[in-house]
Amino acid sequence: MSDIAPRTRTAFPPPLLTAVTLTVAGLVLLVFGATTPQLVTPAKAAVALLGLGMLLAGASRLGKLWAGPGFDVVFWFGAGWLLLLGLAILCAPWLPLAEDRDVASTVAAPVFATPTFTGTHPLGTNAFGLDLLARSLYGARSSLLISLSAVALGTVVGGAIGMVAGYFQKSVDRAVGIATNSLLAVPPLILLIALATVLQPHLRNVAFSLALLTIPGMVRLARATTMAYANREFVVAARAMGATRSRILLRELLPNVLLPVLSLAVVMISVLIVAEASLSFLGLGIQPPEPTWGNMIAEGEGQVFEDHPHIVLVPGAFLFLTVFAFNIVGEKARGRWDSRSVKL
Amino acid sequence: MSPAALCRLALRVLELVGVLFIASIGVFSLVVLMPGDPAVDILGAGRAPAEYAALRTELGLDEPLVTRYLDWLGGALTGDLGRSVVPPQSDVMDRVLSALPVSLEIAALGLLIALLIAVPLAMWSAYREGSAADRIIGAGTFGVLSVPSFLAGLLLILVLVNSAGWFPRSEWVRIGDGDLLGNLHHAFLPALTVALAELAMFTRVLRGDLIVTLREDYILAARAKGMGPLRILFTDALRPSSFSLVTLLGLSLGRLIGSTVVVEYLFSLPGMGTLIVNAAGQGDYPMVQGAVLTIAVIYVVINAGIDLSYGYLDPRTRRVHV
Repeated sequence: MSDIAPRTRTAFPPPLLTAVTLTVAGLVLLVFGATTPQLVTPAKAAVALLGLGMLLAGASRLGKLWAGPGFDVVFWFGAGWLLLLGLAILCAPWLPLAEDRDVASTVAAPVFATPTFTGTHPLGTNAFGLDLLARSLYGARSSLLISLSAVALGTVVGGAIGMVAGYFQKSVDRAVGIATNSLLAVPPLILLIALATVLQPHLRNVAFSLALLTIPGMVRLARATTMAYANREFVVAARAMGATRSRILLRELLPNVLLPVLSLAVVMISVLIVAEASLSFLGLGIQPPEPTWGNMIAEGEGQVFEDHPHIVLVPGAFLFLTVFAFNIVGEKARGRWDSRSVKL
Repeated sequence: MSPAALCRLALRVLELVGVLFIASIGVFSLVVLMPGDPAVDILGAGRAPAEYAALRTELGLDEPLVTRYLDWLGGALTGDLGRSVVPPQSDVMDRVLSALPVSLEIAALGLLIALLIAVPLAMWSAYREGSAADRIIGAGTFGVLSVPSFLAGLLLILVLVNSAGWFPRSEWVRIGDGDLLGNLHHAFLPALTVALAELAMFTRVLRGDLIVTLREDYILAARAKGMGPLRILFTDALRPSSFSLVTLLGLSLGRLIGSTVVVEYLFSLPGMGTLIVNAAGQGDYPMVQGAVLTIAVIYVVINAGIDLSYGYLDPRTRRVHV
């Protein structure tokens, strides 16, 4: 019967001690792995990854002790990265960064310097001696500017069309349905490439093409959500009291459609960042003197990558972390505000 | 097939043709958006105006847009997509036909690899829900989803080609040459790159559905009768759980095509991706139009096929009226 007797276990080692030890050890390993030039790259990566894992586990325990069991360390990690990146982008002109695009001024700078995390080139330099940290940050600026403005444009236009289609239904809905289906008949990246054939690769044109990609998804979601609410009591009541159609759309339906649409918008941001990076990687997006993550990664194609992996790994890490962070935040937002029942 | 089902099928085909018709107008109107004069692009600047005018007439650029569109569409329907405007002015259809098998092979192989890995992973994850393995698979697939395909491809090249030397890089053996093994050896790494993002998505979705299915009474009954976990998972749970997976297959087709394009360019394979990217870089609009139209037709037809397959997988959807 001893199994049934309540077992009291004194926690040993005490949870706070484990958490702090794990966090500190993880941090030490991460810094050691990243900054020790004597190790070969795979060993460095392994040590740094182990450190990162321990750091996350430790921080998770600390957070749970502090904020209760609902604490999601990865979410806060992602949110923290986005905040840090956003701050760095905003302050980039005043940060002590080395040259990022003017090849003429980097004649004296070291070429293909490896990342040391210290000194004037903390993340190393590329084939022209341009600083990779500065390039990654300015690349982040164009990447985020393009993706955010494209998502904003696509959300407003797509959301409006979807709401109108969902509310008026009948022939309006049918016409919108045919238009979105036709837009969906060409796979997203192929559509981007086709547009890149004829449009000059400006910031504005790339943002416009990307906005076109978000519209069908937005239209469908906004339409489905509007339809789910269009016959609810509060809408019928508003109509019975003589509210105009625009008032019903804006004051009754919009507040309900807004949250699901905005959570899809957050997920879309990461999709668009990847699409923009792919386009730049293919040489069809923003053109080289202007840095973007995609064209920075493209610099490492072929032999260069074999000899100097950091040319790809540095912008790759920025790209991965940002996409990952938007995915995490988007997933959280969707789980909270987007009920699955209205997704058609 | 009942008359109702036939009618539904006919409606579906009609809708498909309509969507493709509008898409073809969109693809054709790329020319309208094109800056500059194609004749100047082909001949180069500084020729006599009469030469440009002659070429414009030869290419049919003087005709009204509607006539040009109808000519182009008529040609496309009879298998003639025109000629490239970049020397050597090769036939678009020939180039597309020689590139298409490579892309189809990479995409199909990628899908196959993704399914072969995703189904067992999802089963393991769902059967041991909440275990360490489940959590590791969950975190791993979420991480893989955030890696763009060109980055994944470059990392695979770094590890498997440059460090380990297991795979060759950037040559291609055609299937037709009779060297099937050599062809697979060359196609494996690109296909694996394409498969990565898909398999992460498949695993997550199938796991979710399997967990719901495994709570059903008939699974409990099967377990009570003493059937083993493998038998339960494969014969009882897999088919009812694969509904979302098939929906997802249709949705992820667009992403699959996109990553195939990028991966072909990365591994310099002679497929549709390399064709279309190079043509886009040179402003070779007939080539881009032809390739995009071909891809759109394939994409739309496969998606329609997936829609129709629901009826087979889930008999509950067979009686729904359109």
